[in-house]
Amino acid sequence: MTDLPLPTRRIPGPLLALRNILTFLIRQPTSAFGLIVLAVLILTAIFAPLIATHDPYVQDLNNVLQAPGNGHLFGTDELGRDIFSRLVWGARITLTIIFLVTIVVGPLGLLVGTTSGYFGGRFDTVMMRITDIFLSFPSLILSLAFVAALGPSLNNAIIAIGLTSWPPIARLARAETMTFRKADYIAAARLQGASPMRIILKSIVPMCLPSVMIRLTLNMATVILTAAGLGFLGLGAQPPLPEWGAMIATGRRYMIDSWWLVTFPGLAILTVSLAFNLLGDGLRDALDPKQMNRR
Amino acid sequence: MTKSVEIKDLSITFGVGPSAVKVLPGVTFSVAPGECFGLVGESGSGKSTVLRCVSMLTDFWQGEVRIDGQSVRDLPQQQRCRQLQMVFQDPYGSLHPRQSVRTVLSEPLRIHGIGEREARMRAAMVDVGLPVDFLDRFPHQLSGGQRQRVAIARALILEPSVLLLDEPTSALDVSVQAEILNLLARLREERGFTYIMVTHDLAVVDHMCDRFAVMLHGEITEILPREAIPGNGASHPYARELIGASLEYEGLM
Repeated sequence: MTDLPLPTRRIPGPLLALRNILTFLIRQPTSAFGLIVLAVLILTAIFAPLIATHDPYVQDLNNVLQAPGNGHLFGTDELGRDIFSRLVWGARITLTIIFLVTIVVGPLGLLVGTTSGYFGGRFDTVMMRITDIFLSFPSLILSLAFVAALGPSLNNAIIAIGLTSWPPIARLARAETMTFRKADYIAAARLQGASPMRIILKSIVPMCLPSVMIRLTLNMATVILTAAGLGFLGLGAQPPLPEWGAMIATGRRYMIDSWWLVTFPGLAILTVSLAFNLLGDGLRDALDPKQMNRR
Repeated sequence: MTKSVEIKDLSITFGVGPSAVKVLPGVTFSVAPGECFGLVGESGSGKSTVLRCVSMLTDFWQGEVRIDGQSVRDLPQQQRCRQLQMVFQDPYGSLHPRQSVRTVLSEPLRIHGIGEREARMRAAMVDVGLPVDFLDRFPHQLSGGQRQRVAIARALILEPSVLLLDEPTSALDVSVQAEILNLLARLREERGFTYIMVTHDLAVVDHMCDRFAVMLHGEITEILPREAIPGNGASHPYARELIGASLEYEGLM
C-alpha cells in the first residue's frame, strides 16, 4: 500500500471536491436554478447555430414587428429579424463578456489584494488609495468614461467593465490576507526560506480563493447588467450584433405597440443575472469554512 | 553537527515615539552544543519574542545572536533556514489547512533544491513516528498530536542543527504531551540537536531541559540547572516564588 505511485492517487482530490460542491448546489432549489440556467446558457451558446431557427442578421422587411407565433417564436424586430435567434446568438456575446471580464478581474484583484495585504506598510497604502479612487466612481459612469475615451465597441466595453470591477475583489482579498498574514503557517513558510511571491501564491492565494470565487460569481450578475447598460446606451456592442442590452435599446422605440421587442431580451437579462446571484449565494454556502471538513 | 547558540544583549522595542514599548531590555544567555535550554516565565514575559528574534521572524532587534559563532544577521536566508527551525505552539494554526502533509514537507525541499524528495519525506515521517501513507492526509484529517508530529517533521526535513520549540505541547492533552516530549528527547539524543524551549510548565523543564532561565518582564532573572527545581534552589525572589508555586501545585496533585 505504501509503495503505490502516489501522484496518481492525488488527482481525484480536487475533482472529488468539485463533485461535492456540485451535489451541494443541486440539492438547494435556488442554487440548482442558477446552475441549470447557467448550463442552459452555455449549451445555447455552444449550439447556437443548431438552436437558432433563423439567421440573426437576415432582414425581412415584409415581416417587421411580427407578434410571437407564425414561425417566429418570440416575434420579429423592426427590421424583420427573428428575436429568438438573436437571443440565442446573443448568449455567446454575454458569455464572452462574462468570461473575459472574469479572467481579467479575478487575477488582477487577487494580485493587488494579496500583495498589499501581505506586504502592508507604504505599499499597501498606495495600492489601497488607488483602489479607493476606482471604488468611489459608480462603475457604470467610469465604464462610460473609458468607453467614451476608447471608442464604442464590445471589446472596449469589456475592458472598461474589467477596469471598474477589480477593486471590490482586491479589497476582499486584502481583508482575507490580513486575517492570516500573522498565522503560524505563514511564519513557518518564511522560516523555510520561501520568497514572498511563493508565500503569496502557495499559501495565501488558496486561502483567499473561495471567497473570491463567490464574489466573482456574484459579480457576474453586475457585469451582465453593466454590459447591457452600456449596450443600451449605444456604447457597448454595436449594431447589428445581437447583444441583449442593445436589442432593448432599439426595441424601446416600438415598446408601446410591440411589447415583445423589449420583453424577451429583458427577461433573458433578468434570468441570467438572477441565476448568477443565486449561484453565488449557493457557492457561499457550499464553500463555507465550516463545511470544508466534508470535502 | 551540534551547534551552540549565544545571545548577547538582545533587545527589542515595539512602536515608535512616546508609545514605544521596550519588550526585551537586554537578554543574554548562551546554549551549549546539544543542550536543551528552557525559557520559563509568566505570559507576556517575552519568552516567545526571544524565539521570534532568534529565528529572524522579527528582525528589528538590537544585539547579537550567534549560531556556532556566526551572527544570524550575516547568514544568508537560505543558509539560516538550514541551521535553525522552529516548532510552533498551536498545531492547529501552524499547518496550512489546504495543504496535504506531502505539500507541507516537500515545499522546503523544493525551495532549497534538495533531491530525493520522496525518500526524505518518508524518512521524516518515520522519524516522527507517523505512518508513511499519512503523507496524503490533510491537517483536518489528523489529531492534534499527529499534527504536531507533522510540524516537527517539517522542522526536521531541512536537517537543521538548532530547534526552537515554542511551547510545543501546551495545546495538546496530557497523554499526547508526553509522547511529543519523548519524541523530542529521542530526536535530540539521536541527532544532537540544540533546543531552546519555551514553556509554562516546570514539569516539562524538569523532564527535558539541562538548564533553564526564568524570565520576568523581558528580563532573565536567573539561569538555573534542572537540579535546582526539586529543592527550589533559586535565589531570585520571583524565580523562588515560581518554582515554589509549581512544587506546591504538584504536591497537591
